[in-house]
Amino acid sequence: MSNEWPLWEIFIRGQHGMSHRHVGSLHAADEAGAIKNARDVYTRRNEGVSIWVVEARNITASSPSEKGPMYEPSESKVYRHPTFFDIPDDVGAM
Amino acid sequence: MYAQMIKSEATKDDPEKLATFQARIDAGDKIEPKDWMPEGYRKTLIRQIGQHAHSEIVGQLPEGNWITRAPTLERKAILLAKVQDEAGHGLYLYCAAETLGVTRDELTEMLLDGRMKYSSIFNYPTLTWADMGAVGWLVDGAAIMNQVPLQRTSFGPYARAMVRICKEESFHQRQGYDIMMKMANGTEAQKRMAQDALNRMWFPSLMMFGPSDAESVHSEQSMSWKIKMNGNDELRQKFVDQTVPQAEYLGLTVPDPDLKWNETKGGYDFTGPDWDEFFEVLKGNGPCNTERLAARNKAWDDGAWVREGLMAHAAKKRSAKMAAE
Repeated sequence: MSNEWPLWEIFIRGQHGMSHRHVGSLHAADEAGAIKNARDVYTRRNEGVSIWVVEARNITASSPSEKGPMYEPSESKVYRHPTFFDIPDDVGAM
Repeated sequence: MYAQMIKSEATKDDPEKLATFQARIDAGDKIEPKDWMPEGYRKTLIRQIGQHAHSEIVGQLPEGNWITRAPTLERKAILLAKVQDEAGHGLYLYCAAETLGVTRDELTEMLLDGRMKYSSIFNYPTLTWADMGAVGWLVDGAAIMNQVPLQRTSFGPYARAMVRICKEESFHQRQGYDIMMKMANGTEAQKRMAQDALNRMWFPSLMMFGPSDAESVHSEQSMSWKIKMNGNDELRQKFVDQTVPQAEYLGLTVPDPDLKWNETKGGYDFTGPDWDEFFEVLKGNGPCNTERLAARNKAWDDGAWVREGLMAHAAKKRSAKMAAE
């Protein structure tokens, strides 16, 4: 059917001050309906304190086939991790 | 199971791509919707996840039948919450299927015109309140057997839907067993109802796992793709081994005179269900097939004006907003 309700991606912030997290998607006629449906579908057991809805077609995603070149710059920079540096035990916690 | 007799598609893809794909699966990678996948993998999954979703939705009907007649307000509230969960489970699964390139309306229409199936179990009637107990205990119990391993399935969206579902499913089984405990410890008449429900639900529950692996031609491909995690017989055995002691605790008798503990295999020997009956139910000749599909079709048709009305309202609001800007 051409008149199908659009798809919305749903993001929920849990109880403990975490960021909003993608939980799934659903169909709704508009944003108000999407929030209401998101409450019923994704927070039946107090899973959240805040809901974001975004129409799925408005999301731009990176391409999985470019995974290699896309993330290559970070792979060669091990010094960005604290464990790269040896700190003597005598120095204490750092 | 909730997805039975899923035919896996032969695949005619580039052998090199296929090998890379299989290597990813063997390494435990999750396949995501935009990744390359064999056409057969995609089609088989649409059929499997779609059938699983339809089962959740149609599965609301046998229990919905008792919401208005629950014996107490508490039982009614609990059953309502359980049935609402089933709707939610259907929605998680439809979304997972949609990431494979099929639309929600296409899936719905394929259910309504019989091109897609749902689990055979929901074509049996729920005749008494004790059936609410037996359905939660046995049917949801059997579903859990299959769904727990599916949390590790290779397709990311399906695995994530399964994680959500499994978190909620345990409530379903426990509320069913709680009803059974009440009935089995109640009056003689209540105990008879509990036994009767077990008698009627036992073999249909065993059918949920599908025919024996020896006869299941599609298992092998689906297993290597990790969209089927265990053999049908293996899961059925596990279910029987887990359920028989639970029936004994209730003081009820599993309706199988040949059921007995087999020390050497460390499991029960039991009688399999009547597979002729199973295939008849799949073909549409079960006790409630016509009623179930008629109810889904009626709900879809009766809801058309709501779906269309809300779309028209959304369009009107959008154009009013644009005019104001």
